[in-house]
Amino acid sequence: MTFTIADAASAVADIADGSTVLIGGFGTAGQPMELIEALTHCGATDLTVVNNNAGNGQEGLAALLAAGRVRKIICSFPRQKDSQVFDALYLAGKIELEVVPQGNLAERIRAAGAGIAGFYSPTGVGTMLAEGKEIRTFGGRDYALELPIHADVALIKAYRCDGVGNLVYRKTARNFGPLMAAAATTTIVQVSEIVPTGALDPEAVVTPGIYVDRVVEIPSARLPRSEENGQ
Amino acid sequence: MTTPSARTGVISDAAAAPAARLDRAAIARTVAADIPAGAYVNLGIGQPTLVADYLQPTAGITLHTENGMLGMGPMAHGDEVDPDLINAGKIPVTELPGASYFHHADSFAMMRGGHLDVCVLGAFQVSIGGDLANWHTGEPDAIPAVGGAMDLAIGAKQTWVMMTLFAKDGSPKLVSRCSYPLTAARCVCRVYTDYGVFELAGGAAHLREPFGATRAELAARLGFSV
Repeated sequence: MTFTIADAASAVADIADGSTVLIGGFGTAGQPMELIEALTHCGATDLTVVNNNAGNGQEGLAALLAAGRVRKIICSFPRQKDSQVFDALYLAGKIELEVVPQGNLAERIRAAGAGIAGFYSPTGVGTMLAEGKEIRTFGGRDYALELPIHADVALIKAYRCDGVGNLVYRKTARNFGPLMAAAATTTIVQVSEIVPTGALDPEAVVTPGIYVDRVVEIPSARLPRSEENGQ
Repeated sequence: MTTPSARTGVISDAAAAPAARLDRAAIARTVAADIPAGAYVNLGIGQPTLVADYLQPTAGITLHTENGMLGMGPMAHGDEVDPDLINAGKIPVTELPGASYFHHADSFAMMRGGHLDVCVLGAFQVSIGGDLANWHTGEPDAIPAVGGAMDLAIGAKQTWVMMTLFAKDGSPKLVSRCSYPLTAARCVCRVYTDYGVFELAGGAAHLREPFGATRAELAARLGFSV
């Protein structure tokens, strides 16, 4: 059952200390900025955060890190031009880092949502990121055992949602959203617009409402002119 | 196949050499000319993105970006900029007719599943056996960041590297054995450099045509025959 929540603060209010939180986005595209801000304000701490990156600039995920709420981050690409908040915490030994190749990160999240206990991936084999992992040979090629990433909460951003939680995304902001929505006990989504049930083409739904627990409508900045009438 | 001509994009610092060393644009043009018509291609962040500028529109080449798109168009400018439409380097781009969007697990399944024909990556080092090092310098205080490099290197049908042949300190980047941490083992089949294109096969590097130095001079600097 999907519930529409009035504001971001109420949507994240019960996130507990010590939670594992999947946060959508690739850089800032698809990053649920208002939900992350609400999480920062609600005070939950000792969090494990899973995101492709480790924060950009000073806002969103970077602000959550700066507030000292994150014990560990699991990501593929922490170091960027504007990852100064993470960089300082990491170099000071104040945050734990697990670097995961991007495709393994996506597939480990997907596996969690799909009830897969583990899978063998060729990515990373023969590198330091596969050290200590079980290696098996199939058809003459080596693969490393990768385990799913389950989470207590997912915070994601979608474009539109209907009354039963069906989601559509916008362009490359889709990225980790559909995977994370399925991999968490509680999935919280911020959408630019809630439309009446029946208004989304069932053939075009990307994330079915079964994966969505809470939705908050947060209108986004003005879209490019060509899309004002929606697609 | 076309070879970059001496009148476009050369660096004239090799007086006694057979032909002038290739600049970045000439390397990118060479890579673009080698991509088969109709191919699905991923261009890594940094220098490989230049290749897009030299693809022939009539060749029907489709660009993949790891963050979830096929049919990526050129960089966006002015009113075209859309924060929801970026490439792997987080730079705003455009979509071409026939573009499609998909989530990350699908995007990396396309790589790992062997559906991409070519990926072009930058590198710190490549070994003549095809090992690739392009994600980590191995320095103790360096913050590791791998992104999609490991998935791309092992996933595409062909992995090509585009790099300068020598580092700023003059040390070779095409080596017998990588000293930097590996991105993937035995994955690179071709290396495009300012001194020419090296085909890697059977544990050896074969230089197609030397630019900026003779074959013998390059062999002496690299420490193996080319």
